[in-house]
Amino acid sequence: MIANYGYKDGSGEYFITLDTDRCDGCGQCVEACPLGVLEIITDDYYNVVAAVTEEHRNKIKYSCGPCKPTSRVRNLPCISACKPGAISHSW
Amino acid sequence: MGEQYWKWAESRWTAPDVYWTKTATVTAGVDVGSVSAQAVILVDGKLYAYSNMRTGSDSAESARKAMDWALKGSGMGLEDIQHIVGTGYGRVNVPFARRAITEIACHARGAHAMYGPSVRTILDVGGQDCKAIRCDAQGKVTTFLMNDKCAAGTGRGMEVFADLLAVPITQMGQMSLEVAEEPPPVSSTCVVFAKSEASALLRAGWPKNRVIAAYCSAMVHRIATLLNRIGVEPDLAITGGIAKNIGIVKRLENKIGLKALATEYDPQIAGAVGAALFAKTLLEKSRGGL
Repeated sequence: MIANYGYKDGSGEYFITLDTDRCDGCGQCVEACPLGVLEIITDDYYNVVAAVTEEHRNKIKYSCGPCKPTSRVRNLPCISACKPGAISHSW
Repeated sequence: MGEQYWKWAESRWTAPDVYWTKTATVTAGVDVGSVSAQAVILVDGKLYAYSNMRTGSDSAESARKAMDWALKGSGMGLEDIQHIVGTGYGRVNVPFARRAITEIACHARGAHAMYGPSVRTILDVGGQDCKAIRCDAQGKVTTFLMNDKCAAGTGRGMEVFADLLAVPITQMGQMSLEVAEEPPPVSSTCVVFAKSEASALLRAGWPKNRVIAAYCSAMVHRIATLLNRIGVEPDLAITGGIAKNIGIVKRLENKIGLKALATEYDPQIAGAVGAALFAKTLLEKSRGGL
């Protein structure tokens, strides 16, 4: 499953995409994120996978801000920590 | 306070040809959203009864009311339902539900059952969110995106415009199509600013239907960008209250070049149908079958 967490508002589109078929639920991204944006959940189909926490879903532009001095930064802690390459950012 | 134009009609339905006996598998789904709540009862997986109501601020109370109304006159009581799943924003507050499942999974499964197994893309425009979902041939979610940060492109936005223009919500869609040519969309992406922009257009002498058309057009543009992010694969089903707005449906179909499937049931019940189907699966699992 391709899970898109985030939002679109007047200022742009901000989505963190998690490919749950690639994610093995190892939790390295949770450890790596300095803002606690990610967590490991059991989804509706009983897969243990990473997800963006409810708390951060509607403010990831700001939550992820400290790791992104500018848009299109790709060597983010969460992405670097994910060995299966399951995480991507839209902005 | 004058007439409330935003108020849409609540609905209730009982199957004329499905009979309930004590031996049947009876499951239910309750979808408690931000502006509406639905309860759906299935007998052996077939649609038996449903209700669709406007909600108050109390999720538990809304769930109870929707369930009571669905049960009303059916001869069935809450104790006769063997498994209940809650979904929607208020899903954790459904007092009688045995499990909560996200509205994403429930809408995919419900739309797949209501609109047929050819459904691959589901657009749900609810009261205060917009969901774009893709599913496989079994109704399982393969991709999803949800926007609940902003009221633009949601049912509530349309309700605000109905009140502003003093046009009943059910007539907004048809009126928006009664324009000689499509006006440019309102430029604001925010409902509050779009409302002030519309007031300015009315003062400038625009007829109501042209203003509604401009708003519908802006809303469709917004919804289409979300759909395009996940990619549209035929067939398409539109659920939620906005599916009843022909002005949005027609414009969206034109924009993405694909016709949406129709259903004989209330398109607002898709989430609750999915929840009731999940309840059936869970019940069968707990009984050790399959």
